[in-house]
Amino acid sequence: MRAANEPVQRPPDARLLVVGADRSLRHVARSAFAGLLRPGDLVIANDASTIPASLAGVHERSGAPVEIRLATRGSLAFEDIAFTAVLFGAGDHHVPTERRPAPPEAAPGDVLRLGPLAARVEARLDHPRLLRLAFDGDPAAVWAGVAAHGRAVQYAYMAPELALWDVWTPIAGPPAAFEPPSAGFALDWAMLREIRWQGAAFATLTHAAGLSSTGDPALDGRLPLPEAYRIPASTVRAIAEARASGGRVVAVGTTVTRALEDCVLRRGRPVAGDGVATLRLGSASELRVVDGILSGTHEPGSSHYDLLGAFADADLLAEADAELEAGGYRTHEFGDSALVWRSKRERQRRAA
Amino acid sequence: MSTHNEASATPLRVAITGGTSGLGLALVRAYARQGARVAFVARTAEGVARTAAETGAVGIVADVAKKDDIHRIALQASAALGGLDVLVNNASDLGPVPLALLADTDCEDLERALATNLMGPFRLTKALLGALAASAREGRGGVVVNIISDAALTPYETWGAYGASKAALSHLSHIWDAELTGEGVRVLAVDPGDMDTPLHELAIPGADRASLKRPEASAAEIVAAIAEARP
Repeated sequence: MRAANEPVQRPPDARLLVVGADRSLRHVARSAFAGLLRPGDLVIANDASTIPASLAGVHERSGAPVEIRLATRGSLAFEDIAFTAVLFGAGDHHVPTERRPAPPEAAPGDVLRLGPLAARVEARLDHPRLLRLAFDGDPAAVWAGVAAHGRAVQYAYMAPELALWDVWTPIAGPPAAFEPPSAGFALDWAMLREIRWQGAAFATLTHAAGLSSTGDPALDGRLPLPEAYRIPASTVRAIAEARASGGRVVAVGTTVTRALEDCVLRRGRPVAGDGVATLRLGSASELRVVDGILSGTHEPGSSHYDLLGAFADADLLAEADAELEAGGYRTHEFGDSALVWRSKRERQRRAA
Repeated sequence: MSTHNEASATPLRVAITGGTSGLGLALVRAYARQGARVAFVARTAEGVARTAAETGAVGIVADVAKKDDIHRIALQASAALGGLDVLVNNASDLGPVPLALLADTDCEDLERALATNLMGPFRLTKALLGALAASAREGRGGVVVNIISDAALTPYETWGAYGASKAALSHLSHIWDAELTGEGVRVLAVDPGDMDTPLHELAIPGADRASLKRPEASAAEIVAAIAEARP
């Protein structure tokens, strides 16, 4: 697949590979997504807006230039400014993360000067580059500092520098994500109307989509890190209504899938409120809520790709991959999309 | 499980631009008194600190006329308020001061009036629409109030830059309101009347202040109109 290297969220020629519950594969225009829905279906998207999580500055003790990328926090609360962050050495996003020079050794008590912000290293979290930080100041000052000094996390494959408006989805609400929940790039307000006209429904949850890459194999192997989420009461009701009417639940993106399945695994059913997703979905996982996923086209080996294994078996995903490759689909955050309906349980049901 | 209970569990969450003087300040005070969670925007750090200290509202130092400031405002407001129910686009620019015939109006003055009075509200509403629609889905409604003026309707001489920008904002409000019906978000254009404010003093220096409406009175009307527009 080709890297989509222009920050256009909805190119008019964006494509969608539909991997059917019946194992069929077909190509449609992504703008036709709503037309694939049936009355009673429910589309759930992640309405997190993206925090400008990349903060440039200096490691005070060594004087070395650093970049930190905010990576997680324990909840979505405004007051919760106990971020963990990944430390990067000198240089910027023009150098792929895996080729960036090593950052200085950061020890507990070290101070990072990040524009108007100062953060103390509270702890190293079982990896020398994964730090728990304590920012100086009250929450309002820290958010103002992040808003003023932070930049959107950049990608080496992307030619222009990404501004926040490039990475906020049209439905972006609370600042919660550290990288954009980019499956939502497919949505616009006209599509939300079409979903309703189709007799289907639209709902959201908020999930702190995390970093996609750190350039360190050991750290990348731990992704996704625990991600805070919030499920609104209206979304729980919409799921119940979809279930009652025989409708299907379509998650827009891996983050929505992770939040919903994590919640149901812990609580037994979708429950409104806050949680932290630690679940890693893969081919061994059984999906309890989500029937289909609208997602970017992910390359084999990534955690996003692994998650698709919960929807379709390896043979079918390999066929889909070959189809994406042959079709010249664009990959990465601003690329084309796939809609993967859950076929695994269908098969088991038929066999039963 | 009642929508009413959910909707009333969290206080009203309101963002107001131009919140350190005139109508904006009166709105910040009115909502703070009601127990709403309020974030406001203004350009000067001193003014923002003063109003924040007085009202307990969250102050954001930014300029709605600047494209680069918009997402910063949206981020801080929706973070501080934990979502958003009401946005009041109140910050306004008069255009040339003193007021001038259109033929004598510098292009830059018209551009600045459009940037503050039209592009600013458009961009900020767009950046916060996701939060407003989420609020509407939760049964709390979502309301945008764009402050206009009778100069948006009546072609007063020398009010060209201001009047044209407010006329555009008015029309934009009506179209957006129609388009967002399905999302449960309302967009209102409200003319607060001729008020005793710094903007009015700029436009008509030395006007008889006793003949002007007090901004507190207009703020009370707007608070009522917003309450009316919510479910």
